[in-house]
Order: sequence, then structure tokens, then C-alpha cells
Amino acid sequence: MQERWRAGKLAASWFVLLAVALLWLGPYAWMVLTSLRTLPEIVAAPAWPLPKSIQFEAYREVLHAIPVGRYFLNTVAMALGIAILQILLALPAGYALAKLHFTGKKVAFALVLACLLIPAQVTFVPVFTMLGSVGLVNTMGALVLPFGVSALGTFLVRQALLSVPDEMIEAARLDGASELRIIYGLLAPMLRPTLASLFLFSFVFHYNDYFWPLVMTTDDEVRTLPLAVALLREQGTGVRWHIVMAGNVILSLPVLALFAAVQRQILRAVTARA
Amino acid sequence: MKPRRPVHPFLFLAPTALVLGLFFFWPLAIVLKNSFYRWDLLTPPEYVGLSNYALLLSSGELSGTVLRTLSYSVVVVTVSLALGLGLAVALDRPGRLYAFVRGAVFSAYVVSWVAVALLWMWILDADGGLLSTLLRKLGLPALSWLGDPRVALFALAGVSIWKITGYSMVIFLAGLQDIPRSLYEAAALDGAGPLQRFRHVTWPMLRPSAAFVGTTSLILSFQAFDVVRVMTQGGPVKSTTVFVYAIYEHVFVNLRVGRASALTVVFFVFLLLLTALQLWAWRLGTARTGRA
Repeated sequence: MQERWRAGKLAASWFVLLAVALLWLGPYAWMVLTSLRTLPEIVAAPAWPLPKSIQFEAYREVLHAIPVGRYFLNTVAMALGIAILQILLALPAGYALAKLHFTGKKVAFALVLACLLIPAQVTFVPVFTMLGSVGLVNTMGALVLPFGVSALGTFLVRQALLSVPDEMIEAARLDGASELRIIYGLLAPMLRPTLASLFLFSFVFHYNDYFWPLVMTTDDEVRTLPLAVALLREQGTGVRWHIVMAGNVILSLPVLALFAAVQRQILRAVTARA
Repeated sequence: MKPRRPVHPFLFLAPTALVLGLFFFWPLAIVLKNSFYRWDLLTPPEYVGLSNYALLLSSGELSGTVLRTLSYSVVVVTVSLALGLGLAVALDRPGRLYAFVRGAVFSAYVVSWVAVALLWMWILDADGGLLSTLLRKLGLPALSWLGDPRVALFALAGVSIWKITGYSMVIFLAGLQDIPRSLYEAAALDGAGPLQRFRHVTWPMLRPSAAFVGTTSLILSFQAFDVVRVMTQGGPVKSTTVFVYAIYEHVFVNLRVGRASALTVVFFVFLLLLTALQLWAWRLGTARTGRA
């Protein structure tokens, strides 16, 4: 009985493996295969997945149609700026909330937590008009500054600092270390796993973000890659899917490569929230 | 600890307070204020009292938007939760092959919504798309997935399920790790078969994970935008105009900031209600496990 169950369970899990491979890897394969074809091939036989030969024409067209390098740099600069700023600001705030006594501490902490409830989709109209009135729309500032603080990041840093013994900080103070030196020189290295998770999560989220750059920019100078790739389809007529898929590959590959390289840290960042 | 100087904590919190005040709390107040005005971004705003809200109600726009957003979210959450649970149980095995497949499922969660939406637009393409062609080969009728107002919202839900199932799978996998082996051994000694073990050991232990994933993905699905903007622009005939897309359209297409703000206020109230539901579900989830 047990044996039969075990064999059945193994067969079931092989079936699941196969289904999963088809359902999740199939679309990726279809994306890459399409990007390696030419327009006549797609028009003639859209669904036959194997290209006759590998063609990089679609990639050449993407590079010709949009300044991919510039958009990629914009996107990385924005995501890096946000991730770094969030960490730099979360450390002193988390330190004050976890370690220092002051009046209004509970209120301050509650206000930080309250921001978890306010997504960008609620605030974007006033932020858009506010940034517009100071001439910041269409600048890197409009993309980075509103995300300079992550309420979740501040919370996670505060939680991590709670477990650091007060004695360590006292000792550093006796040694004459300044408060900023304690925060960035002593505590930050101790929080490396938390900060790494925070950094990765924030970087990937903002690299992929579509909503905020869409509403805050109209100018090619500061546009980001997801916007540009989405525009490839809007501008493309009809069936030029090979070009859109080539753009898609260019957009997804860096994130997938990053994921493959630091899968464990990214999974940690995701499950830490649970 | 006593701060070295009384002003220190306030200095350390100042940049955070500035950003949160400027980009979270202040805009929230402005949204509320704008919802009482008629404003097209070009001419000065005009105070209209509650008429934006009245119009949303009387035109049926509000009920339609709520209904569409809820149907989309409920489908996405229930299916991705069930699939994620099934995948977690099936793929919770040692070995590189399983690790690779787990990574493949989760990778969709890491890739941008834009990339996923474009990819599925091509797969669902009525003429040359993979799915339509396969269905035609099998002699089945191919639907116009994104062109049919009865189907489009669920096509978007399907794409979203593909994207986020990896997330619930990963949370469930983490939950499975925390179940002590001894519980299974005890259950096996009591003569419990696999199904009974799942019902009496695995599921009760995973309930907090389920409460967490269910409520967080509900709140996130409620905020869906990218997939709608890229794939359907709210159409056909408004059938995929969910909350955030409706707000976006009012502002950037119709230049109706007042109406958009009223809709935003209602949207925010819904988010608060969902968060209350989330806290309740977490408490329930942990309380039940405490007794199990």
C-alpha cells in the first residue's frame, strides 16, 4: 500500500514537473524563438516555433528604433538611486526608532507603519502636480525622490536593530565614535543580510516599474526601458511581434540573470515579509 | 537608550519624515481636497462639493469599477493560491531538477509586468498567437481573448495568475520547511494516509502562510494597472477598466482631476478595508494554528 502510494506520488510529481515546464518555460521559449525570426517567417507561419535560421534582425531593429543603452542606463540609475537612498535613510531612522528614547517615538513609528497602506497609485496625482509646480516632472528627481524612503525598509531595519545589544553601542560611544559613525560604520555592516535583501527587492521592483515613470515622464531623456519596450508595440503596426519580443528579451534578461545569480537572497527578501 | 543629545533622534528621523510627509501624507490630504473640486489641470479648480461622488454613484461608474476590480482580484487570488499550494507540495523535493523548476515558476514574479503582458499578448494574439493556433489545430474554436468584453478581464486574470503563482508557491514552500517532521511521523504512526496527513498536518500548519499570501495578493491585485494599460487599455468597452486604470484615464486622458480624486478616495477606503481584513485573517490564521 505504502509502496503504491509512493510510486503514485512520484508519477504525480513528474507530471507536475512536465506541466510546469510547459506552462512556465514554454512562454519564455516562445518569446526567444519569436525574437530570432524575421517578419516574413512570422506572417507565413506564425505558430511554427522553430526558426529556419537564427536571425538577429529584430534586435538590430530594436537598437535602431530606440536608444536602448540610454534607457537601460536611465533605468539602472533610477533603481540604484532609489535602493541606495532607501538604505541610507532607513539606517538612522531605524536606529532612532529601535534604540533611542525620545518623546513621540510611538507616534513616529505608527506614522511610518501607516505609510505601508498608502501606495503610489493613491498619491500620484498630487505628487505629479506638486513636482510639476517646482519643475521636477521629467527629471530623475521625480523618479527617485518620492521613493527615497521605504516604510517597509525602515520597519525591517528597525526590527533587525532591536536584536543588537545596547552594550555594543555604549562601548562604541565610549571609544569616542560619533553617532553617524556608529550607524554607518558599526551597525550597517552588522545588518548586511537585511540590507542586501532590501537593496535587491527595491532594485528589482523599481527596475521593472511601469506606473511611476509612465505618469512622471513624457521626455525621452529620462524614459525608462519598460516604457520604451511597451511603446515598441504601440508604435509597431500589426504583426511585428519579433521586434516586440526582442525588446522583451532585452528588458527581461538583466533581471533574470540577476535572479539566477542571487536567487537565494531574492527568495529570502520575499519570504522575510511573511 | 538615552540619545547623546536630545535632538539626535529627531535629526535622524528628519529625512524620513520629510519624504513621508511630502510624498505620502500631504498628497493624501490633497487628494481628499481635490475630490471636492472640478479641475482640468489647465483652468483654476472650481469647488463643487460632493458632486464628483454623486456623479460616480449615479452614473454607475463606481459600482462597475468595484465589480470589475473585485472579480479580477478574487479570480487571481483564489487560483494563484490554489496553484501555488499545489506546486509547493509537489515540488518540495530535494534535487537540482526540482530546484530549477521552482526557479522557473518563480522567475515570472521577478520579470516586469510589461514583459509578461507583452509576451502574453503575442501568445493570445487572435491571428498568429500560440494559443489560438494550438486550439485551431485541435479543432477547437479560438476566442478573441482580449477583444471579447466577456472574456478580456479573465484573460488578464489568467496572465496575472501566471505571473504571481510563483510568489505564493515560495511562501508555501517556506511554510512547509517549518513543519516539524515529527508531526508527520506521529500521524503516520496513527495510521493516517497521505490525504489525511495533508488535511490534518500540512494544511493546518500552512494556514498562516495562506492567510498571508491570500491577503497580500488581494491587496496587490486590487492595485493592478500595468497589465491593463499594456494589454487592453481598459477595453473592450470598459470591460477591463479596474480602479487604478480608471483613475489614470480620468487624469491623463479626460483631464478630470476632481473625478479621479473622488475615485482615489473610494479606492483608498477599499484598501483600508482590505487591510483590516488582512489583520483579521492573520490573527485568525495564527490563533487556529496555536490550537492545532
